[in-house]
Amino acid sequence: MERLYESQKLALWYFWTAILLFGAQLLFGLLSAIQFINPDFLYGILNFMTNRMLHINAMVVWLLMGFIAGIYWFLPLETGREVVGIKLGKLAYFAFVGAVAVVVLVYLFKQFGSGDFFTLWFITEGREYIEAPRWADIGIVAVALIVAFNVIGTAVAARKITGIIGVLIVDLAFLFGLYLAGMFFTPNISVDQFWWWWVVHLWVEATWEVLVGVLMGWLLMHLLGTPRKIIEAWLYVEVMLVFGTGILGLGHHYYWIGTPEYWLGIGGFFSSLEPLPLVAMVIHAVYDAGVHKLKTVNRPALFWAFAQAFGNLFGAGVWGFMHTLPQINLFSHGTQMAAAHGHLAFFGAYVSANLALFYFALGKTRVKEGYILNGTPWKIAYIGMIIGIFGMVAALTVAGFAQTMIERATLGSTWEAFIQAQMHPWMEEAFKWRLLFGVIFFLSYVVLLYDLLTAGKRVEALKEAEVVG
Amino acid sequence: MSIGWLEVVVATLLVSLVISLILARGRHWLEPSFWKVAAIITSSVMAITLVLLTFHTVQAISMGSKRVPGADVINREIGYVYNADRRAMEPVLGKEVGLFGKVWSPQEAEELIVKGKLVIQSRNCMDCHTLLGNGAYYAPDLTKAWLDPKWDKQIMPMVGASSREEAMKTWLMNPDKYPTWVRKMPNLRLTEDEAKAVTAYLKWMSAIDTNGFPANFPEVQVSQK
Repeated sequence: MERLYESQKLALWYFWTAILLFGAQLLFGLLSAIQFINPDFLYGILNFMTNRMLHINAMVVWLLMGFIAGIYWFLPLETGREVVGIKLGKLAYFAFVGAVAVVVLVYLFKQFGSGDFFTLWFITEGREYIEAPRWADIGIVAVALIVAFNVIGTAVAARKITGIIGVLIVDLAFLFGLYLAGMFFTPNISVDQFWWWWVVHLWVEATWEVLVGVLMGWLLMHLLGTPRKIIEAWLYVEVMLVFGTGILGLGHHYYWIGTPEYWLGIGGFFSSLEPLPLVAMVIHAVYDAGVHKLKTVNRPALFWAFAQAFGNLFGAGVWGFMHTLPQINLFSHGTQMAAAHGHLAFFGAYVSANLALFYFALGKTRVKEGYILNGTPWKIAYIGMIIGIFGMVAALTVAGFAQTMIERATLGSTWEAFIQAQMHPWMEEAFKWRLLFGVIFFLSYVVLLYDLLTAGKRVEALKEAEVVG
Repeated sequence: MSIGWLEVVVATLLVSLVISLILARGRHWLEPSFWKVAAIITSSVMAITLVLLTFHTVQAISMGSKRVPGADVINREIGYVYNADRRAMEPVLGKEVGLFGKVWSPQEAEELIVKGKLVIQSRNCMDCHTLLGNGAYYAPDLTKAWLDPKWDKQIMPMVGASSREEAMKTWLMNPDKYPTWVRKMPNLRLTEDEAKAVTAYLKWMSAIDTNGFPANFPEVQVSQK
C-alpha cells in the first residue's frame, strides 16, 4: 500500500460519490423501463419525464465525477507532487455535491415550473441532457475551472508538462469551454439545437473520448507498465483520429434540424469514420495486454479496461455506424435505435473506463505490495453487467428496427403511426426484455457495490491472492 | 452561397495531410512528435472548418430565413408537399388565415413564439417527446405535430372544438382527460395563455424545412394564395 497524496484522497471521495450516483441512474432507469410496460405506474406522481431526466442527468454527472476522480488520482503521480490548490479542490467537491443534491430535490419535488425565465434559472432548463437549471450551470463551470486550474497549476509548479498533460490541458479547455455553448435561451429551436449539439456531441464524441484516452493511457502505464513513449505516440494518434473525425462528424446531428443540406454529406462522411479511433484503441489494449501476457496486479481494472476498448468499439462504433448515414437516419432518427446505441456507447466508452479507474485506485489503497487484487464478486458483477447491457441493447435494437419499419417506413411518422408501432408485439415484447435485462444489470450493480466496499479487505480474497512473478 | 459537401470533405482531408507532412518532415513516423504534429494540425483544420461553416449555417437558419420561417408564419396556412427536384418533402405556405381568430402582428407573433419555447422548456417536453427528432422516445415526435391528421379526425370531435388550434389548446390543458392510448400525457397545468403559445409554437415549427424529416409524413396541400 502506498502513502496517498491528498489529491488521491479527494479522488476517492469523487469515486464513491460517482458510484452512488451510478446507482441512482440505474434506479430511475428501471422506473422509466417499468413505465414503458405499465404507463400507469407512478403516473402523476413521478412521471416518465422526471424519471428519464434523472436517469440521464445522474449519468452525465457521475461520469464527469469519475473523470475528475481519475484526473486527481493520476495528476500527482504524473507530476511527482501534491496538487497545488488541493483545499480549493476539496471545497469545489463539497459545492458540487451540495449543488447536485439541491438540483435532484427540486427535480423530484417541484418537477416543472411555469413558462418563464424563473423556471429556467431555478427548476430546469428543459433541454435534454443539460436540463440542470442555469444557477447549477454556473456552478458546474466554476468547479470545472478549479479542476483546470489545479491541472495547469500543478504541472507548472512541478515544471513538468508531459505529452499526456499537454493533451489533458487542451482537452479540458475545450470540454469546459463547450459547456458555455449550452447556456443561453433562444426561441428558434433550430439555432437552439445547433448549439445544443456543440455541447452534447462535441463532449461525448470528442472531448470525453480524448479525456478517456488520457485516463486509460495513464492506467495502462501504471497497470501494465507500458512505456510512456508508446502511450504518448498512441495518444496523439487517438487525438488526431477522434478530433479529425468527430469535430465534423457533428454534422450527423444536423441532418434534420433545419440546417442546410451540405451537412448530410459532411456529417455522413465524417461520422462514418468515427469508429476508426475506437478500432485503434482496441488494437492498443489487446497489444499491450498480450505483451504482458495478461499479468497484472489488478485483474478487475484490467478486465474493465478491456470492456472499455471493446464496448466503445461496439457501442459507439458499430451501433453508431448502423444508423449514421442520412439515407438510413431519415427513418431511424428519434427511434429506439438511438436508445440502443446510447446505452451501449455510454457503457462501453465511459462506464467501463470509470470502473477500471476506480478498481485501480482501490487496489493501490487496499492491496499489499506483491499481491494482486482479485476475487469472485467482481467477476459476477462484470459478467452480469455485460450480459445485462447487451440484453437491453439487443431488445432496444429489435424495438428500434420495428419502430423504424412500422412507424416511419410504412405508416408515415404520424401520431397514430407512433402508437401503432409502439403497440406492435415486436416493440411491446422488446420493452419487457429490456426491463428483465435492466434488472439483471441492477443486481450486478449491487454485487459491484459490495465488491468495491470489500475488495482487498476480505480474508478469503487475500488468501486467494497470488504473488506476482 | 452554395457549399458542396464533397469539396469540404476533400479540402479538409487534403489540407490536414499536406500541412502535417510538411511540418513533420524529418521526424520518424514512430516518434510521438510525428503524431503530435498530425494531431494538432488535423484538429485545428477540422475546428476552423466547423467555425467557418457555423457562420454560414447560423445565418441560414435564423428566423425569417428560407429554411426557418419568421414568427408571423403562424398567421398563414401551412402545407407539406413533395418537391420532385429535391426529392424531399418541404413545407409550403398558403393564404393568411390567422390563429385563434386573429391575425397576429409580427411583434405579437414573436412574443408568442418566445412564450411557447419557454413553456416547452419549463414542462420538459423533450424528456418524453422528440422535437426535430431529438429528445426521449416515450411519446410522438412533434416536428410536424401541427399538420398531424389526428387533430382533425379524433381530437376536434373528442374535445368538442371547432378549429384545430382550439382543439390543441383544450387538449394541451387537459391531456389526462382525453387519453388517446394507454400512455397518457400527464396534466402539466398549462394556463390558457401557455397552451395557446405552445400551439402557436408547434404551428411555427411545422414550417421549418427539415430536409424531409420525418420520413413519409402525409402530404398536406394548401389553398391557392
